[in-house]
Amino acid sequence: MSAAPDHTPTFAKHSITDRIGQAAPYLLVPVLILAGFIAIGAPTSWLTLTVSGLAMGMMIFIMASGLTLVFGLMDIINFGHGAFISLGAFVGVSVLFGLGGWTDAASLPLNIAAILLAILAAMLLTGALAWAFERVIVRPVYGSHLKQILITVGALIVIEEAIHVIWGGEETFLNRPNALRGAVTFAGAALEKYRILAVVVGLAIFFGLRLVLQRTKIGLIVRAGVENPDMVEALGYRLRLVFVGVFIAGSALAGLGGVMWALYEQVITAGMGENMMVLIFIVVIIGGLGSVEGAFVGALLVGLLQNYVAFLEPKLALVSNIGLMTVILLWRPQGMMTVAKGS
Amino acid sequence: MSEPILSLEAVETDIAQYHILKGVSLSVPRGQVTMLLGRNGVGKTTTMRTIMGLLRNKAGQIRFDGAEISGELASSRCRAGIGFVPEDMGIFSALTVEENMILAAVSGAPDRARLDWLFTVFPPLKTFWKAPAGTLSGGQKQMLSIARAMIEDRKLYLIDEPTKGLAPAIVSTMVGALRELKRQGASILMVEQNFAVARALGDHCVVMDDGRATWSGAMADLATDHALQERLMGLSMEAG
Repeated sequence: MSAAPDHTPTFAKHSITDRIGQAAPYLLVPVLILAGFIAIGAPTSWLTLTVSGLAMGMMIFIMASGLTLVFGLMDIINFGHGAFISLGAFVGVSVLFGLGGWTDAASLPLNIAAILLAILAAMLLTGALAWAFERVIVRPVYGSHLKQILITVGALIVIEEAIHVIWGGEETFLNRPNALRGAVTFAGAALEKYRILAVVVGLAIFFGLRLVLQRTKIGLIVRAGVENPDMVEALGYRLRLVFVGVFIAGSALAGLGGVMWALYEQVITAGMGENMMVLIFIVVIIGGLGSVEGAFVGALLVGLLQNYVAFLEPKLALVSNIGLMTVILLWRPQGMMTVAKGS
Repeated sequence: MSEPILSLEAVETDIAQYHILKGVSLSVPRGQVTMLLGRNGVGKTTTMRTIMGLLRNKAGQIRFDGAEISGELASSRCRAGIGFVPEDMGIFSALTVEENMILAAVSGAPDRARLDWLFTVFPPLKTFWKAPAGTLSGGQKQMLSIARAMIEDRKLYLIDEPTKGLAPAIVSTMVGALRELKRQGASILMVEQNFAVARALGDHCVVMDDGRATWSGAMADLATDHALQERLMGLSMEAG
């Protein structure tokens, strides 16, 4: 039989401009950090704000990563995502209150163990609720964005009210575990211990997600499913099960983010998740729908910018992220990192 | 005569408000290449997608390897032994060639010997193994699409217009690959507009018109009967 003509590939020579264009989203973070350094002037203040911005960005990323996957793979606009953040926070904080002996002890291992248990409980409960949420709320409205918005906003309100019923309507204050209170001094700058932990957890989640998406077969199925769901089905995979798995995992990440945010703010309310949704949607949109890397870079930009602007010009802090979104969408209307979409 | 590997009985399929398949009945004999012919828009691709389970038939029966599969999901039909090469090739452009092939090997890791054989059939796949599939040429994408369906043994291959838009040299490669598949005893149902290719590969032939199978018989009979071609498809395929 005849064989196909083989061709030795000739690779295009990309100009420096092309190469910078491809790497631009990744370069935005160090560029913003450098711009912050120039604008702030004082190195210690800049370092404190940078770590604070990175920590905030990491926590927003944890909460946004699940939403971007659900958006990208399932084409579901889930405003109910905020409810999973709030629920995760309340469950996690309840566990932390129950483990008061561990959190008050001056022992880092005991403190970390308490946080891990709180995170585990929050993720399990939000994951279980997400399973029911997908079956009852989301499944009937696949394919209709308007219905998705209406019903998931309704579900958000119902879950928030349920939180009021179970935990009460007042704000709940909490202290961070003993060993994570206060700050360490580095190069003359005070760096909050908890923010350093948040950066570490955020990085772990980012690299963990990348590992799963890039190096495992389930990751291949998810990436392929974003592009062409019919073909993934025709290759023998039950994409619906993958959808449900991604929805549960995404919601569990929201629960994890809720615990981390609760410890960051040291106060929780039923509406905290809803309040976060504006920032989360900004991150998902500027990152590119369905792109975990885009959400990561977008979250860091949002966290850093908010901290720098709040220091330099507090009145502009509220609008800084809307400005960031406007600029990025003018530059790349599909978001910084687009994900191939087929049918 | 043994039971056909696939048979459709009065299958009807709608797409949105359109009634596309209006009672398709056909059968695909085991170990043979059956060509599905007809003018554009008569329902050939819809028939393929309905058999694969990507469209649901609202009436009629689809029997594959002795079992009724109308209620089965596309994924179950694939695992039951149906390989699918869609008209648009269905390549995952953001994934590398290697990742496309890994994904197609639904039972586990791709078999090394089978992969080596596919590399001899389609050398560009080896050359571009680590490249994103979206960067391949049209012909190379079609090779990948067919190789993906062939990475594991299937009882039946559904192949929708594998030579569409390809250069003659690539068409020759496709025909060679499909001949090899046929030589191995595979059953194939193939949509093909290139009559020369259909004549070269087909044992059996089904002609469709207006959402129905209007004629079936030996490919050789249709290939030599120009009056029949005129009557079934509106023109003689002599030039093809």
